[in-house]
Order: sequence, then structure tokens, then C-alpha cells
Amino acid sequence: MPADSAAHDTHHELSFIRRYIFSLDHKVIAIQYFLTAMVMALVGGGLAMLIRLNLAWPGESWAILGFLFPAGAEGGILKPEFYLALVTMHGTIMVFFVISFALVGGFGNYLIPLQIGARDMAFPFLNMLSYWIALLSSIVMIFSFFVEGGAAGSGWTAYPPLSAVRQVVIPGSMWGQTVWLLSMALFIVSFTMGGLNYVVTVLNLRAPGMTLRRVPLTVWSLFLSAVLGLLSFPALTAAAVLLLFDRHFGTSFYLPAGLFFGNEVLPNSGGTPLLWQHLFWFLGHPEVYVLILPALGMTFDILPAFTRKPIFGYRITTYSLYVIGGLGMVVWGHHMFISGMNPFVGEFFSIGTLLITIPSAMIGVNMIASLWGGSLRLTTPMLFTLGLISLFGTGGMGGLFLGNAAADIPLHDTYFVVGHFHFMIGGVTLFGLFAAVYFWFPKMFGRMMNETLGKLHFWLTLPAFYFIFLGQHFLGFGGMPRRYYSFANYTFLDEIRDINIWITWAAFVMGAAQFIFLINFFWSLARGTRAGNNPWRATTLEWTAPSPPPHGNWGETVPTVHRWPYEYSLEGSAEDFTPQNVPRDNDSTGALGEDTHAHATDG
Amino acid sequence: MHTQLMDRDHRPGEGVLVPYSAQLGLWVFLATVTILFAAFTSAYIVRSAGSDWKSVPLPSFLWVNTVLLAWSSITLEISRSALRSDSLKTAQNWFLATAGLGLVFLVGQLVAWQDLMARGFYVPTNPHSAFIYILTGLHGLHLLSGVVLLVYVSRRLWIQGETVRQRDLTGVCATYWHFLGILWIFVFVLLSLG
Repeated sequence: MPADSAAHDTHHELSFIRRYIFSLDHKVIAIQYFLTAMVMALVGGGLAMLIRLNLAWPGESWAILGFLFPAGAEGGILKPEFYLALVTMHGTIMVFFVISFALVGGFGNYLIPLQIGARDMAFPFLNMLSYWIALLSSIVMIFSFFVEGGAAGSGWTAYPPLSAVRQVVIPGSMWGQTVWLLSMALFIVSFTMGGLNYVVTVLNLRAPGMTLRRVPLTVWSLFLSAVLGLLSFPALTAAAVLLLFDRHFGTSFYLPAGLFFGNEVLPNSGGTPLLWQHLFWFLGHPEVYVLILPALGMTFDILPAFTRKPIFGYRITTYSLYVIGGLGMVVWGHHMFISGMNPFVGEFFSIGTLLITIPSAMIGVNMIASLWGGSLRLTTPMLFTLGLISLFGTGGMGGLFLGNAAADIPLHDTYFVVGHFHFMIGGVTLFGLFAAVYFWFPKMFGRMMNETLGKLHFWLTLPAFYFIFLGQHFLGFGGMPRRYYSFANYTFLDEIRDINIWITWAAFVMGAAQFIFLINFFWSLARGTRAGNNPWRATTLEWTAPSPPPHGNWGETVPTVHRWPYEYSLEGSAEDFTPQNVPRDNDSTGALGEDTHAHATDG
Repeated sequence: MHTQLMDRDHRPGEGVLVPYSAQLGLWVFLATVTILFAAFTSAYIVRSAGSDWKSVPLPSFLWVNTVLLAWSSITLEISRSALRSDSLKTAQNWFLATAGLGLVFLVGQLVAWQDLMARGFYVPTNPHSAFIYILTGLHGLHLLSGVVLLVYVSRRLWIQGETVRQRDLTGVCATYWHFLGILWIFVFVLLSLG
């Protein structure tokens, strides 16, 4: 469409709706993902607080709850079935609608084109569609609280037979479960559209000179995360289709013979609930890497800006990300050690899982080595990055226990597991997310976030986080099972029961601390000090664009890349950082005069 | 100067890279479709070990449909070769004939479903019949999207006359269409094994 190309240039006469609502611009779509994730985080976090309330003071009556949830908390006491819905929805919302949206949907959309020097995604329309379907899926998920029987209560893993029957085993098995499945289907469609875009954009739209060896690790990690998602989500699609058929069309893929409900034998026969577990975890395990890889990749881009030296082990880190991704696809069985699998199969999954510790440890060591000898600047993004490194190490230790079938079997379905995965896909991702928001906020909105509030946010969040989730590891060692509504009759828990009260207080502190972040975010949007193009004096391409970047990201030409992304404290250079678009002295292409338009400075 | 800029800047929606991106995007999409059917296949294998599994004789009409779909792959290639020799009108006719054959195939699948129901095999009758409906239905939905793609591309090529991209975009269509043909043969063989 040659007639459009002029309009595609710098001048845009787009209406407000085309510009900010149904926008094709990757940056607007990214911010839409962020805002949606923020709203969903308030919901998911709120649910966590209710869960903690019940764990600390089970059966207690809270007048406010009776007012807020007349059906779920009659007389102010949380009902057991409502508690199950809370657990289910907290997990689902946090994994898919907060972390996925913010890290993959938000930062993926924002950073991939800017860091590889593209003007937008390869398929902008598909990108917009991806966001609107994502929004629809979140609305459908929230809507499930209000259908007959309330939201699903079979856990974020939705194991059959509980999830496969429509009889009112628990109220959530009526319509809540069906709506949950529909929402997940929409989510998968949206992720597929987004992931396709990421893969094609990274492979096809890199700026001149941006070879794969010069791509920042953020982009590598988002690329691999998209590939993992694309290859694993279809398994859940298949599983969900079969589950919907079991629920609504009378098939028995997952339902064995001899199930009773009330006094009635269900007519199903021959199905196996284990089929669901395999299909679900074929997605479910790679999904945790979909979430954690971008957080790890971003760490390597944030670190050097505050150590003022190159990162350690760029190449080994990319290889490690690949190996983690590859192994992550074939270890799903470690979620199922107690399902009665053949011990040799269990051994395969154990060894595969423990092998993942090698590339993970390499990444961790590279992070620490990247700190070595640097001149550290403890800004808020740096603090959160250090917090991430710490959580990655501590949380990873728990993985050693759970990856090993012999140790996992007694720990399965205890709070040890809850503590472990909160460290990894709760903590590492959340700290990575906060680090990234504090770091890239100036680029996104042209203003700095407040450092004092940021540090307060960090120093309240980190200790509370450790207290809560390390505490849960100990509860798990004590045998406290997860997903139970009440532990009143378990005398073996008497000695450790009260730890739950302390954990709940810590959770409230951590929950309250997040409001400091929200206040900081919105206050800084309006009042933050103005940021230049490159407030952190960093080297990657997004910092060569204006803050915030205009539509198309750069003016007349996209930058040409001449060096790797971590050129800090280069000998003989006037500044302690050299952006990727600065030509090299002995660059042969530079000598030929092809790089005359590259800008050595960025204002 | 402007065109020069565009080539170097490869802006979205413009320039030579777009059909190339579409082709790559399609391959990535086909990878996800492959995993989807692989997941169904593993479910099929697991479930077929169940004691209540009874093989349902497949409707013989499926053979007719298979021939139709194979023929449609050939018509698409006839269209593309006509395009290469610049006989645009012939190319368009064969292109639309492909979409038409796709629709006939879908109707044929519905006829096959009718045949199953007439013999008393419904979705919940037994796991094999459930898989027949689910896999043929899912393949049919993908094929329907293929028909939509053919119609969309033919509109852009012949009505809006986007000659520059013609060959590349028909190439994208062909990749998807042949993939769906091969996928159908896989589904047909899997279901026939019972």
C-alpha cells in the first residue's frame, strides 16, 4: 500500500481511539498489558490475603468478609468451598494473568522491537488482537466468580475427576470450571498470537548489524520463552478440549468406572485422570520457564548499568537459557512422582530435572561474577535485581529436594512445594518484574520513579518475602499439606501451627508494601523528574531512542549496530559506556562510510 | 530516497520482508498445530488401551473426501504454476477452485458424521467415536481457516491487485494447504487403526 507509506512516517493523524485503545503500536500494547496485569495483580493479591487470613485464624468470623462475599463467607466465615475457589483463582490469576501478562506480554512487547532496532512487531494487527483476546480472557476469568456455584475450585492444575464432573461435588464444579476452561482457551489463543510475533520479529526484523551474537539477553530470554510457550500450550488446548467433552458431552476421557456421587454411580468408564496430569504438566512445567526466563534475561541487562562493567559469560548464559528451555520440555513428570509411575520413568524425570541445575547454576554464577569488581550503584532497580539473584539461589536449593523423586514423595503436596514455587515463579519473576519496571519506567513514560519510595518498597518486600516463603518450607517439612481448608484436627501440626500467624502478618506487610509501588508508579507518571534518553547511561538500543519513543521508535533511520550489548568501561573511551550503535575505530564497514548516520551520542 | 529508507528500515506493513515474515510465522504456527495434534494422538494412544475401547468402522465416504482434498492440493499448484507463467485469469480460477474443493471437503465431512450418527455412533457412544468427531472436527476447523485464508489472499491479489506480493502470499497459502492435506492423511490413518 504505497499510498499509506507517507502516513506511516512521523506524522500521525490518528484518533484517540486508534492511538491509545485499538493501537497497533507495540509500546501502547505493552502498556495495555501492564495495566491489565496490575488490575489482575490487585485481584490475585487480594485473594492471597484472604487465603492467609484463613490459614492463620481458621473458622474465625470477619464482618467485612460477610459483607464483601455474602455467598462465599456467610456470617463472615470463609466457607471451605469458597476457600478452594480462592486457592484456584489465586494461582491461575497470578501465573497467567499477572506474571505472563506483565513479563511476557508487557516487557516482551515493549522491549523486543526497541532492543533489536525494529520499528514495531512483525505483525502489528495480530499483536493488537493478542491483547484484546487476553483482556477478554481475563474478564471471562473474573466473571467466573459470579456464575452459579462460583469460581472453579479444583486448583490451578484442574485435576480430574473433580474438574471433569458437572455434578455439584463442590459448587465450583458447576459452571465455574467450564468458564475457567473457556478463559484458558482464550488465553492460549492470545499467547499463540503474541508468541508468533515475538519469534518472527526477533528472527526477521533486527536492525543492520544486530547479529544474533549481539542481541541483548533480555531478547534472547523472551525469544526462548515464546518458543517454549508455543510448543507447550497446545498440549493444554488438547487437554482442555477433552475435559470440556467429559463435562458437557458425556465422554469419559478422564473419568474411570465406579465413581460415586451421592448414592449414584456415574455412568463413565475406562478413562484415566493421569492422562490429564501428563497433558497438563507438559504445558505446566515449561510454563514456569516461560515466566522465569525473561526475568533472568532482564537481570543481565539491568546489572551492567549499575556495575559499570560488562556482564560475565554472555555466551554461556545464552547456551544455558537454551539448555534450560530444552530440558524444561521433557521433565514434566517430576510433578507426578506420587502418581504411581514406574520407578525407572521417575528416575528419568529426576535425572532430567537435576540436570537443569547445571545451566541454572551457570546463570546464577554468571550473575554473581557480573557483580565481581564492579562499582555497584544501589539504585532501586539494582536492589530488586540483587534480590532476584538471592531468591534464585535460595529457591533453587528447594528444587534440589523436589527434583529428586525420593525426597519429593514425602514433600509432595506440602507447603514445602508452595514455598519453593513461590520463590521461583513468584519471587524471581516478581523481583525481576519490579527491577524491570523501575529500570525501564523512564524509557516508557519519560520520567524517573521516586527512589525513596522505591527503596522503601524493596526493603519491606524482601524480608517479608523471605519470612513468608522460607517459613512455608519449614511448615512443609513439618508435614503441613497444601490446599486444606482446616488443620484443626491434625495434632501433629500443633507445634508449628502458630507459624502461620506470623506468616500471615508478614504477608499483610508485603501486600501493603505493594501499594507503595502503586503510589510511586502513578505519582511518578505525573510528577517524576524528567528523564533524558539514557538516564542510566546504558548501552542497548532502546536508550538511543527518545523517552518515551515516538511511533516508529526512531526518527529517519533505525540505528546500525556495531558492537555487543555490554560495552562498559571500555579502555580508551571517554565515557564508561559505549552504546551498541557507536562505530568501532577499526570497523571496516565504518571505514567504508556506511555508518555515517549512526549517532555517537544520544543527548 | 524514501524507498531506499524503507528497504533499510523494513517498516511493518511495507517492503519486501513482509511475505517472508508471513511464511516464517506460518511455519511457527504449524509447529504449534503439530504439537496440538501430537497431544491428541498421545491421548488417543493412552485412551485406546482402556477396556471399554471398541473400534468404530469409519464411514467409507471419508475415502471420497480424501481424494477431494488431495485434488485440491493439485489445483492449488496448477494455480501457482499459471501465476508463474503470468496467466493471471487461469491462476485465479484454479485458486478459487481450491477454496471450493475445500468447502466441498467440509460438507463431505458432515456427510460422514451423518453416516456415523445413522449407524448409532454419537460422541459419547465410546471413546473411539468421540475421538473421530473431535479430530475430524478440529481438522475441519483448521481447514475452514485455510479456506478463509485462500479467499482473503485471492481478494488482495486479484481484486486489489497487489502484484508484488502475489507469489509469496500464494506460497504461504500453499504451505498451509498442503500441511492440512498431510495432516488429514495422518488423522485418517490414526482413526483407521482403531
